[in-house]
This record gives sequence, C-alpha cells and structure tokens, in this order.
Amino acid sequence: MLPERLLNAVILLTLLAVPLAALALDEPFIITLATKVTILALAGVGLNLALGQGGLVSFGHAAYFGLGGYAMGILASHAQSFTPLMEVPFLIEGTKSMPVIWITAIIVSSLAALLIGALSLRTSGVYFIMVTLAFGQMFYYFAISWPAYGGEDGLSIYVRNGFPGLNTLVPIQFFGICFVLLCVVLFFVSRLNRSAFGLALDGAHQHSERALTVGININRVRLVAFVISGGITGLAGALFADLNRFVSPTMFSWHTSGEIMIFIILGGVARICGPIAGAAAYIILEHYLGDVSEYWQVYLGFILLFVVLFAKGGIVGALTGSRGKAHG
Amino acid sequence: MAEAILSVSDIHKSFGALKASDGISLDLFPGEIHALIGPNGAGKSTLIKQIAGGLKPDSGRVHFCGQDVTTLNVPERARMGLARTFQISALAMSFTVLENVMLGCVGEARGVFSFFRPVMTHPGLLKRAHAALDRVALRDFADVTTSELSHGQRRQLEVAVALTLNPTAFLMDEPMAGLGAEGSKALTDLLAELKQEAPILLVEHDMDAVFALADRISVLVYGKIIATGSVDDIRSNADVRSAYLGEEDEA
Repeated sequence: MLPERLLNAVILLTLLAVPLAALALDEPFIITLATKVTILALAGVGLNLALGQGGLVSFGHAAYFGLGGYAMGILASHAQSFTPLMEVPFLIEGTKSMPVIWITAIIVSSLAALLIGALSLRTSGVYFIMVTLAFGQMFYYFAISWPAYGGEDGLSIYVRNGFPGLNTLVPIQFFGICFVLLCVVLFFVSRLNRSAFGLALDGAHQHSERALTVGININRVRLVAFVISGGITGLAGALFADLNRFVSPTMFSWHTSGEIMIFIILGGVARICGPIAGAAAYIILEHYLGDVSEYWQVYLGFILLFVVLFAKGGIVGALTGSRGKAHG
Repeated sequence: MAEAILSVSDIHKSFGALKASDGISLDLFPGEIHALIGPNGAGKSTLIKQIAGGLKPDSGRVHFCGQDVTTLNVPERARMGLARTFQISALAMSFTVLENVMLGCVGEARGVFSFFRPVMTHPGLLKRAHAALDRVALRDFADVTTSELSHGQRRQLEVAVALTLNPTAFLMDEPMAGLGAEGSKALTDLLAELKQEAPILLVEHDMDAVFALADRISVLVYGKIIATGSVDDIRSNADVRSAYLGEEDEA
C-alpha cells in the first residue's frame, strides 16, 4: 500500500508528464485530452469538498459548471461582437481576458451556490439530492429558452480567450494554465481540510449532533463549504468552455452533474486527488472504449458497480488502503 | 440560597396525546449534582432535549446563567457553557481521540471560520485539548482512532469533549450506561470532582452511582416530577417507592 501523499505526487506528475510526452511525440490530441482531464478534475475537486468532506450529496453541481461556462461565453461573445453587455446604469463591456472571466465565473457561481445552498441545506438525505437536482435543471431549461445567448444551440467563441504573456491557442500552453490552476486549488483545498473549518465540516458530516453540542453552527459551516465548492466548479466551467470554445445548455444538464459525481466515486470520495484519478479514468475509458463500442457507458456502468460494491475508496482508496489522515 | 444556574419552569411538551413533559420545574444550583431519575418512558430524554435546545417546549421557559434561553438553539446554548454528554456516545468515529477533543476546542474558541491555518498544530487549542484528555486519563490514547476505543473509554472521551467547552453546567445523559463496576467507580469519582467546577444535571439509571453522588434527586414519572429532595428524602418517600424503586425491588 502506498502512502497517500506519494500517490498524490504520482498522480499529479503523471498528469503533467503525459502532455509533455505528447508534445515531444507531436500528438496534440493527447494534450487536449489531458487538458480535459485537468479541467474536469477541477470540477470534481469542487464537488468533492461538498460531497466528500461535507457529506452534502449535491446532484446539481452542473449549475455552477454551466454558470462558469456561460460567464465565459457571455463575456467573450460581447467582446467578439464589440457590443457592451449593458449600458444602464453603468457600462459593462465584454472581455477576452481569462483572469477577468475566471473571477466573474467564480463570483457568479459562488453567489448561485449561496442562494441554492441557503434553500436546499434546510433539507437532508434524498430530499437534498432532489432539491439540488431541481435547481440544476431550472438553469438547464432557462439556458435552453433564452435566445439572446444561443438558446438550445449554445454559443460559439471563435478565438480562445487570452492570458497575458501566453498564447492560449497553443495546446500545451493552455494545458499549463489549467494545470497550475488545478494545483493552486488543490493546495487551497488541502489547507482547508486541515484547518479548523475542515475539522468542523468533517465533524458535522460524521456526527451532526456532536458538532452542534460543541457550539458549532453546522448550517453555516455547510453553507460556506457549499459556496466554496460551487465557486471551484464554476471556475472549471469557465475553463471547460474555453477548451471547447463553445458553451451550450448541456453543461447545465443533470448528466453533467452525474459525470462530476462519477469522477469522485471512481477516484475516491473525500480523497484530495480522487477526482483527478477519476476524471482520468473516465476520459481514458470514454476515449478507448468509445472506439470499441458506441455503447461504452455500459462498461462504465459495470466498473462503477464494481467500485461501489467492492472498492468503496475508489482508485485512491484501493491503492492507499485505509482512510488517509485528513487533519494531521 | 445562591441563584440557580439552570432553571426550568413549568415546561409542557406533548406528542399527540402523550404528555412527555407535563409542567416540569427544576433547578440546578452551583456546586451540586442534581440527579434526575425515573422509569423508562418517563420523559427524561425529552426533558434533556428541551434543556439542551434540540426541542422547543410547547410552553414554559428555560433559564441559563440568568438569561432566558428558551428560543436559543443547541450551538448557542453550548457556547454559553452548557456541556452535554449523550447516552449513546456521540463522537466522530473516524476522528482520532485528539481530533474529537479539538472539535470541542474549536467550537469553544468560536474558531470555526479559520480556513488556512492547520488546526492540529494550533498551540493554544492543543493545550486545552490535552488538558481535557488528562482529566479523563486518555492522554496516551490521543492518536488512537475513536472507533477503536473501548466502550468505557468512549464514555470518558464524551466527558473530555464536554470539558473543552469551559462549562458552566453539565447535562449528562446516563454517563454510566454500559460501564463495568470499575469504570463506573472511576467516573463516579470524576463527577464528584467536576461538580466543584460546574453543577451537573445527571440522568442516570445506576442507582448506586446516583445515591453516592447526588446532592438532590428529582423523580420523573409520566412527564411529572413527583418528588424532589435529598437522597434520604427520596429513599423514604412512599410515592417514589411505589412508582419506581418499589418496582425495582420486586423485580
């Protein structure tokens, strides 16, 4: 059994090494796949904070993923058509600047998570799952029926947004941006898990009565975790839209929520690098099994069933054994 | 007599036709252990929940530290120093012993919204946590996962977590439940010591412990307190004998 820290290093280095090797071998498609893994893993890291650490099984994280995507799509589409977003009461112009888009995506999705969390955290168990799902679907149908930004057809952005000093159209450079962001977020989340807040969140998950009895307002702790979780997933949504240079209501659909959840279950619930392992496994399966059969998700279903029944810790759990010390 | 630290006045709580609390009044004075006894289904747990804040009474008030806390919730009352222990150990089972106690320290210090600083190396909180573990003789088990503790050790850990809250009163729901004679004796000694720091409202089935520890005893039967008094008063009270002690004697 590997120590979890070592495995985390191996996972991150592999994620870095694969596109670099692909660059050397001149295989740009592999770089794009690795970028996709990085971005989806980031979305998973966001959900994992709520679902893994907090035990809040949100089936509506597509809402934040999609909001991040549309934050990018709306800002960039106004920039490419040279029309302001709004003029009254004050002027907001579109932008092609990644950092501005990221910050907007994080703010918008965090605010949505604050609103949705404040309402849905009053419930628990199956009801919580259903309420979050319902909110996610609300965004989906809203995006479909809003013609200003493409409705059902979505929005195409012709040129990838810019980052100062880099050419984001070069696949390896865009991968670099995504990888650095993933590492920054992982660092932040691992500090969070070891902080007093992480202890309280985990404590409230394991025994809510216990946390209440020592004076911890668990509703507030959970809401804050939910907001951070939504913000991270929103950032991933903005990057995902930039990867595809396309945004569509599909990003909001419950399939997307389910996929993000699958990354976590495959990789290892509440494991810091679980979503990376899970997203990588998912993309590899999609790519290679997709070649074998159009119905590759049948095989995915069998694998998921196996993980849920026999390997509850997912990939990371199977390789590291017992639960890693979260707070030490 | 000194002002009561905790006082329950005329609390009513019904579940449908069942009157779980039927006009209960109860005081807890500084320095005392006030034991609450009564047969199963008498409404002890319902009363404890209303005192801790998990359940709102239909009518009546709860005062704590001279303040009306009837409308406050569980964490608000806990932060005022109302330290509760549970009948069935309520601990985060995959935490280490130290992490469970640190959770209490974090709650007491109102330090929950600290996001970046590692909590398990916080010197101030660690000092408090270790002090609490020392009181219950669990320091050597600090790094053990809670689920690996024996039943008796879990009971001790419950008390240690309560101690981190800087308690002004303890609310203990059957702390002796399931303990052997030796564990029961050790905990009895600890409670006798603790009451000097903060009075204890003790719900307990272990009559030996109650008679050894309690300064006053209240007897709860069908949601009503039928007698309150010293150990000797209760032992000689005819109502109590027939309602509770007598049944046990016959059994």
